[in-house]
Amino acid sequence: MSIQSVVSSSQSREELRQRLLQPDVITGSEILLRTLLLEGVECVFGYPGGAVLYIYDAMHGNPDFKHLLTRHEQGAIHAADGYARSSGKVGVCIATSGPGATNLVTGIATAYMDSVPLVCITGNVATSLIGTDAFQEADIIGITMPITKHSYLVRDVKDLARIIREAFHIANTGRKGPVLIDIPKDVSNQKTTFIYPETIELPTYKPTVYPNKMQVDKLLAAIEEAERPVILAGGGIVYADASKELMEFVTKTRIPVTTTLLGLSGFPSAHELSMGMPGMHGTKTANYALQNADLLISIGARFDDRVTMKLDGFAPHAKIAHIDVDPAEIGKNVKTAIPVVGDVKEVLKLANLKARPAKSEAWIQRIAEMKAQYPLRYKDAEDQLKPQYVIEMISETTNGEAFITTDVGQHQMWVAQYYKFRNPRSLITSGGLGTMGFGFPSAIGVQMAHPDKLVISINGDGGMQMCSQELAICAINNIPVKIVVINNQVLGMVRQWQELIYDSRYSHIDLAGSPDFVKLAEAYGVKGLRATTKEEARAVWQEALNTPGPVLVEFVVPKFENVFPMVPQGNTLDEMIMGDSEP
Amino acid sequence: MRHVISILVNDQPGVLQRVAGLFGRRGFNIESITVGTSEEPGLSRMVIVTRGDEKTMEQIQKQLYKLIDVAKVVDLSQNPMVARELALIKVGAEPSERPEVFGIVETFRASVVDVAANTLIVQVVGDSDKIDAMVELLKPYGIKELTRTGVTAMTRGTLRK
Ligand SMILES: Cc1ncc(C[n+]2csc(CCOP(=O)(O)OP(=O)(O)O)c2C)c(N)n1
Repeated sequence: MSIQSVVSSSQSREELRQRLLQPDVITGSEILLRTLLLEGVECVFGYPGGAVLYIYDAMHGNPDFKHLLTRHEQGAIHAADGYARSSGKVGVCIATSGPGATNLVTGIATAYMDSVPLVCITGNVATSLIGTDAFQEADIIGITMPITKHSYLVRDVKDLARIIREAFHIANTGRKGPVLIDIPKDVSNQKTTFIYPETIELPTYKPTVYPNKMQVDKLLAAIEEAERPVILAGGGIVYADASKELMEFVTKTRIPVTTTLLGLSGFPSAHELSMGMPGMHGTKTANYALQNADLLISIGARFDDRVTMKLDGFAPHAKIAHIDVDPAEIGKNVKTAIPVVGDVKEVLKLANLKARPAKSEAWIQRIAEMKAQYPLRYKDAEDQLKPQYVIEMISETTNGEAFITTDVGQHQMWVAQYYKFRNPRSLITSGGLGTMGFGFPSAIGVQMAHPDKLVISINGDGGMQMCSQELAICAINNIPVKIVVINNQVLGMVRQWQELIYDSRYSHIDLAGSPDFVKLAEAYGVKGLRATTKEEARAVWQEALNTPGPVLVEFVVPKFENVFPMVPQGNTLDEMIMGDSEP
Repeated sequence: MRHVISILVNDQPGVLQRVAGLFGRRGFNIESITVGTSEEPGLSRMVIVTRGDEKTMEQIQKQLYKLIDVAKVVDLSQNPMVARELALIKVGAEPSERPEVFGIVETFRASVVDVAANTLIVQVVGDSDKIDAMVELLKPYGIKELTRTGVTAMTRGTLRK
């Protein structure tokens, strides 16, 4: 099988559409498939079970509907998440009732925290059995209420098409997020005339897209006065596809930019006004700029505690302007002088019409000096393979243009620090929830959305073991993800905290007993490679890049490397431990 | 500060759970909550009494608006309003004490809605302070059971719908 066989072709779309729109009398399951196709879904990730058997039966022999069988529901939802983050389209996953649905929970929370548009379909027991503790019954709506943007229990098959349309609309507008649709088994088998609703009527849901002009004018006036302005660009830039508008805004206003973890790919790392990531493992320059700014413009970022660190003492001299599509983010963590509610892209478009430079040339000079004095650096050694070296090598050999997914831990921070991102949506990482096990399956979704692009998944040896079962679907569908395992034999990030904060009392961080990752890959029929020296690393990596199809590459690195700089929790941004990155 | 907020919501299953859950997980306090139909078909009105400073109230409003089923949120306590609750109080009044109890009932313009051998049920409607005062005065006679509806409220005049 090839990856193309599981992604539907877009050529015959219009013909397909007309065929799907026919008002036939069909079952709920068929309505589901038709509506998903009409919403433009190219590929669904899922796992069958009792409560979704009618749905899977409807897929049988349906050549239009593409479904990828993962090996765990968590793999399915992370794949859908990667698909959504990398493409801007809604990701879709399907799971059965009870354990299938609860296996989605981590993935739903991951997507919710990072505002990723997903539609999650779960089966449920038959309507007559709901509330009776029936076999494989779980109140998934109740369980996921705090971690979904919205959810639906479908009580009547006549509502199904409308609900699916609404779910797609809600998931991918305003502040995006996961929407869950719970379909009882009997509903999936009831028949009704298929009517695809022409319009969506949600009178109580009207996200603000266009900003208040006066607020934008206020922002522009503040910029013209500012001597030490800083832009904090977050995931909102990426999700709103506003990178171009941001570049124009920065060029016109001459304001240095720091990008959050989720915003990293939204502004080119190598730009002269880019200061890299702020916060706990941010650059000295970015944190210095935040602490000394007189105007801080947050664009699609939410002042997460890993960014602000100790809130009392964050950006103490700055007037705060905050642009966000979600009004609830404004003023939630920091007091805001200039709130601008609206879609980030629309706000920047409007601002760009009149934007004029800040009084920032001396400040830019100072920032440039800081960047020169405090670049990100690590203690390299000829006889050792350092993890940072591996990331730099991957960055250089791909020219910063690959899609990169990461897991969570030290390697994630090194990717953030040392991969020079050039393209929006090219970094896929679990920021808000910090979900280990996300890195590898999400890459499968990225590759499904971009069958012809280079997709690299960078994982720790801990997180790789949380979803390694999905090697099977890479092998069977020839999904050519390059899977990197940075093997330091420990739960690195936890070890680092225990070293620095718990006086090196290492408690349960040793990963002895891990599999031989090369053999693990080979067991699934995926090519496996290993490197323990720099020389091997370069050779093996080239081999991986030259190999069509999936490859797993294990880089064996030292145990005791730390991520620096670091702001310990409870400190303000200017209280950084420089460690090995000391000049 | 005590605030009375009125929330117009889609009359959908689970909507009470969504609103109450939001208050719970974000650490907003609920002193009382009432739900019923509204003047618009398909919409219900909830009235929640809560406490919080200005920033908390702003967050409560904004977070509520993020719920897809929420149509409108108004902080009624920003304007002159009428706020009422109803209480039923079962008092263990001996026949000899009853004239005194009836006296209290009359002063509060409450009413006795049930008379049994050893108990009376008093029904009182008013703002929360009035009900608190009534409860205090009835305590000496022995309150066997007390139930309150929680506050429902609306703004005076025709300020806004
Ligand atoms: C599901 C989950 N469990 C636990 C954690 C806590 N945690 C954060 S980083 C980390 C260590 C990760 O180790 P590894 O995957 O080897 O990556 P490294 O830090 O060594 O790069 C742990 C356990 C988490 N983020 N997610």
